[in-house]
Amino acid sequence: MSEMIHTGSALSMPDGMEGFVTDWSADKQAFNVPWGKAMMWIFLLSDTFIFTCFLTSYMSVRMSTTVPWPDTSEVFALTLFGNHIPLILIAIMTFILISSSGTMAMAVNFGYRRDRNKTALLMFATALFGASFVGLQAFEWTKLIMEEGVRPWGNPMGAAQFGACFFMITGFHGLHVTAGVIYLSIVAFKVKRGDYEEKGNYEIVEIAGLYWHFVDLVWVFIFAFFYLW
Amino acid sequence: MTTSQAHDIDGGQHPISLYLWIWGLLFVLSSFSYAVDYLQFQGYLRWSLIIIFMLLKAGLIIAIFMHMAWERLALICAILLPPIVLLVLIGLMTLEADYVFLTRLLFFA
Repeated sequence: MSEMIHTGSALSMPDGMEGFVTDWSADKQAFNVPWGKAMMWIFLLSDTFIFTCFLTSYMSVRMSTTVPWPDTSEVFALTLFGNHIPLILIAIMTFILISSSGTMAMAVNFGYRRDRNKTALLMFATALFGASFVGLQAFEWTKLIMEEGVRPWGNPMGAAQFGACFFMITGFHGLHVTAGVIYLSIVAFKVKRGDYEEKGNYEIVEIAGLYWHFVDLVWVFIFAFFYLW
Repeated sequence: MTTSQAHDIDGGQHPISLYLWIWGLLFVLSSFSYAVDYLQFQGYLRWSLIIIFMLLKAGLIIAIFMHMAWERLALICAILLPPIVLLVLIGLMTLEADYVFLTRLLFFA
């Protein structure tokens, strides 16, 4: 089906602004990508709106509170090997997630080269990075709840809204990472088994990759606005 | 040649080194963001640095890792333009939050 649609006049299609108008004005398929990829992009667009709503609500409660906001640099500090290092837990989580994005990008590349062993290996590596990220997040939550006494309705360190924002934003992001780990593992398993060999079409790897990079992308904004601000 | 095939070849043509470069760049940028906190920069310097590093990282991820740089303009616009309306939400909520803050100062402080 998709092959039929894509068999078109690729060579005669104009680029740039002219291409933009041609693509939209003709009574035909607007996006010259596989439908799964277009749908993933549109899903990610909707997810962008959800995460922005969370971050915007966090912004407005933080701006409107008259009580000082807890110092995230100290809240997420750890004592490692006898040294007290501020925000180190979040820094480690950031590097883990970026590494997972790197391995995922390479998995997509090997997918297009039809190298299914390397693709599956890199995808499993990505999923492993993702799982360790979720593990660190579980540790972070446990520490905050058990040791620091942070609750959605209050905490001993400052503005009561801190807990609600923290659990909502990082919780929803963690849920995305968890779903991503499962999704990537399934696709990697199917790649490894050779499910896509017959058609030689590894678009699914790129589609799963888009989702994974988006999870990393959201973390960039959470890291900047929630942890560093 | 079909467009999907064209894309397949196009997608496979990027050398692995490109991704390793971007990966390294993201590591460096993240270290810079972390340094902003570690060195305890404050005020406008802190905010502008955080925003700059954030936007650079986001740009690299979208453009290179998510291959947006090689997509057609129709798809790029469909995905990247709608989030601009979110700036309106952020603007409105800023006004609202300022107002709530002032009323709290008036009646609760």
